[in-house]
Amino acid sequence: MRRTSLYGRHVAAGARLIEFGGWEMPVQYTGILDEHRAVRERAGLFDLSHMGELWVHGPEAGAALAYALVTDPPRLGVGRAHYAMITGEDGGIIDDLIVYRTAETRFLVVPNAGNREAVTVALGERVEGFDATLDDASLVTALVAVQGPRAAGILAPLTDVDIGSLRYYAIARGSAAGVPTWVARTGYTGEDGFELFVAWDAAPAVWDALIEGGAAAGLVPVGLGARDTLRLEAGMPLYGNDLDRATNPFEAGLGRVVKFDKPADFVGRAALERVAARGPGRRLAGLIVRGRGIARHGYPVYRPGDDEPCGVITSGTVSPTLGVPIALAFLPPDEVGPGTIFECGVRDARVAAEIVPLPFYQRPT
Amino acid sequence: MEVRDGLRYSDDHEWLRLEGDVGVIGITAYAADQLGDVVFVEMPAVGATLTLHQAFGVVESVKAVSDLYAPVGGEVVGVNEALAGRPELVNSDPYGDGWMVKLRVADAAQVDALKDADAYRELIRAG
Repeated sequence: MRRTSLYGRHVAAGARLIEFGGWEMPVQYTGILDEHRAVRERAGLFDLSHMGELWVHGPEAGAALAYALVTDPPRLGVGRAHYAMITGEDGGIIDDLIVYRTAETRFLVVPNAGNREAVTVALGERVEGFDATLDDASLVTALVAVQGPRAAGILAPLTDVDIGSLRYYAIARGSAAGVPTWVARTGYTGEDGFELFVAWDAAPAVWDALIEGGAAAGLVPVGLGARDTLRLEAGMPLYGNDLDRATNPFEAGLGRVVKFDKPADFVGRAALERVAARGPGRRLAGLIVRGRGIARHGYPVYRPGDDEPCGVITSGTVSPTLGVPIALAFLPPDEVGPGTIFECGVRDARVAAEIVPLPFYQRPT
Repeated sequence: MEVRDGLRYSDDHEWLRLEGDVGVIGITAYAADQLGDVVFVEMPAVGATLTLHQAFGVVESVKAVSDLYAPVGGEVVGVNEALAGRPELVNSDPYGDGWMVKLRVADAAQVDALKDADAYRELIRAG
């Protein structure tokens, strides 16, 4: 198992550590509920150094990515980012990604930790033939995120990047705590927040500065447990739970990410055009459990009274913000209108669950 | 983690306090800490009869689902209704307000077979 350069900080803070994507990572420090609420109400600090950082650069870097991914990265302005996916020829999702354009001919692609190798292999094959180079910087790049309504106020005094003018899904070069960094206004919590890409060994200095500078504002370190409940409340899918190689973007309700109008061919286009034309066979939807019980990954979903399941839960937990069990499930695409009632099989019981629009939680604006 | 003297303990990290022929049962502070924030407890019906080691309920934290096993056999004579609305009592007061069920103990020898506090301390020290 790999450890990040912040491992010592996690141990010193009393974190409980688990294996995640081949890494030994903190799942919680004081408790998932406390950490979750800290991010919703104040700010939280995350070690995300396990995630991948792949640079694609060269005169045809944009064209190479437009061929490799379902999105259209050349359409990104320099300093902007978007959510993307890389699929197989069959349209199945290899991973979901964030793509940042840091220069005219440089892009930073951030895959999930557990998919870094698969994405590196697929991207490597796909950039061949283009005048572009793929560099895997994952093991020399640390990633620290500060998320929550007070994140901007905590980060601003520690960086020379103009936080106030950095837009959502934008990235800028600067320094933080004296360390050269890429500062991005992105995240996976449903809150305002920032992600700081720094050199591997520089992460502890940035971490310490944020812990110290954020203490008065109520910033606390947050583990992967609360990261999962935060992203689920925000209606964001998690690869391995809600997305996998057998799922296409339209089934995930993310068809808008696929840019059929880009000029050139891309891997998966033919298969995805067929899915778009006939509609997906199942659809990811949000459920709130109305009965007693918590729907969890893998639990069956039934039409009321039916013996055979018509769907399956992909993620589920008790929403710390809403105080009720929430879940994502694959269901028949024509039956996911808000208010529709299903039954979730929870052990030997059937528990009523109602379709609700996503996200479950939206931050006040 | 507190291990309270005077209680009996199972290898499944449940405690039992004998009150006459009724055993009050909950999970230990160690078990509650390992689970993390408890958000749901599923209980048996009053009147149900449990056999030794039978799964009788479920305790769920934000991340984990864990079965509860009867540390002794007997008839369920009470369940802690407060946990339906306040499952967090399992974390905040595992040996008190976080109790789960009361069983009329069918066989006192099964109580004697449980660990005492020192033996349970040894169990969790060994991990």
